Amino acid sequence: MSTLRLEHVSRWYRNVVAVNDVSMTIGPGVTGLLGPNGAGKSTLIALMSGFLAPSTGTVTLDGEPLWRNEQVYRKIGLVPEREALFEYLTGRQFVVANAELHGLTDPGAAAQASIALVEMSDAQDRVISTYSKGMRQRIKMASSLVHDPAVLLLDEPFNGMDPRQRIHLMELLRTMGAEGRTVLFSSHILEEVEQVARQIEVVVAGRHAASGDFGAIRRLMTDRPNRFVLRTADDRRMASVLLADPSVRGARLRSEGGIELEASDFGRFSEVLPRLAREHGVRLLEVSPTDESLESVFAYLVSP
Amino acid sequence: MTAPISGTIVRLGVRSVFGRRRGVLLFILPLVLVGLAVLVRVLVGGDLDAARDTLYGLGLAVIVPLVALLATTGVLAPEIDDGSISYLLAKPISRHTIVVSKLVVAASCVLVFAAVPMLVAGLVLLLDEPQLGTGFALGSLAGGLAYCALFALLSVLTRHAVVIGLIYLLIWEGLLGGLLDGVRWLSVTRWAGAIIGQVTNDSTLVEDLSPVYAVVATAVVIVLGTWLTGRRLRAFNLTGDE
Repeated sequence: MSTLRLEHVSRWYRNVVAVNDVSMTIGPGVTGLLGPNGAGKSTLIALMSGFLAPSTGTVTLDGEPLWRNEQVYRKIGLVPEREALFEYLTGRQFVVANAELHGLTDPGAAAQASIALVEMSDAQDRVISTYSKGMRQRIKMASSLVHDPAVLLLDEPFNGMDPRQRIHLMELLRTMGAEGRTVLFSSHILEEVEQVARQIEVVVAGRHAASGDFGAIRRLMTDRPNRFVLRTADDRRMASVLLADPSVRGARLRSEGGIELEASDFGRFSEVLPRLAREHGVRLLEVSPTDESLESVFAYLVSP
Repeated sequence: MTAPISGTIVRLGVRSVFGRRRGVLLFILPLVLVGLAVLVRVLVGGDLDAARDTLYGLGLAVIVPLVALLATTGVLAPEIDDGSISYLLAKPISRHTIVVSKLVVAASCVLVFAAVPMLVAGLVLLLDEPQLGTGFALGSLAGGLAYCALFALLSVLTRHAVVIGLIYLLIWEGLLGGLLDGVRWLSVTRWAGAIIGQVTNDSTLVEDLSPVYAVVATAVVIVLGTWLTGRRLRAFNLTGDE
């Protein structure tokens, strides 16, 4: 059982802040690191795997610093996001080499077990340059599991995987977590994270925005004001009618046409809108939610 | 304490050097040297000055640094470039072990593709004076090792190690070395030349450079370059997509 601990960690590159005063504790089980692209997830994983020094604060694994401490890799398995591998090796040679570098007593057997775990036994004697994206991801997994690490860090592991491979990897991560390993993976897709992770840490713009189980995060994200853009036959009339209803918190006429609307009670609003339109004889041309993208959900989460 | 050399990294390094198209150049360069030696021998005959100029001008000043550059960057730069070096670094092995293992590969390349061809070229040019070839082979090995350590450090400092290495060879060792006399104090090729001069009893090869200084300077570059490379690798930043 191992615990990764970040205490008031900041990291900046010249005058760009990538990670801003983040404190979190990652314990056994599966944790999802959720955030939009560019939020600092990769930077956090680099900090947690000893490939980056924090500008301020401390990053420790079971009390030991990670930076400039190669002995921590006895406990850590890292699956980097980058695709690059030793293309000229076969999958088996690659995993065996990793086992040898860990100084394992029987590298061949360890490699076989690890390759079997990710279901790559059939393709293990093919050269890596012939592998598909999903196969590369799995052989990367095998190489990082070969020394049976207590901590597994994966940077965007589901990227480029087909649905079947995705399900398989999720299953594998769940098993790893259930075995008491500390598993952390990053993703920018909430649905992906909540299917696997017991605990979710949300980062936005380098800051630790939220933390909790997926139910708590889900609630934070759905119990938010909903924004829509409406285009109607008579915007001014429709706006005034809607503003009279308690489900609507605000409406603004856009200069380019249409209404910008904020609904506080989504359930009631979706029922009221068509009824009011019909009653007042205003034709609805378009109703589109404007903040469905994850970025705006995150923006809401971190707004003070 | 881990072993100073990792067999696995040496094995991977060899495949990394020869697994790429650039590796072919390592075979071509010594062929050019020996081929030219044959040509000089046929056209000029067994002449000491011609032999010396060929071995120094082409062999020591061009082939040796190029072999060192190709071998060292071949074993380090691609992995740093594409990030796959993280698979070596995410292991409980000393960073110095990684560097020394990689340099063993580069040094072996220098021995096989630069020092031995120098010996062969020396014998082709002047069969009755074998100490010329042995002297140049020895000097090539010393200079080649210093170049390897230098280019290894360059590889971990910049992503443009090959280009900067070539510019350095061309401008510093080549152009400025020819124009400014003082450069000899800071020129790997001239140090190697001074060592060869000592071995072959030829003080005109590089003038006014003590062989003791040359040996010490070469050794310092080899040791310091290797050590600094390992130190730098210990603080390797793996940057992600951001």
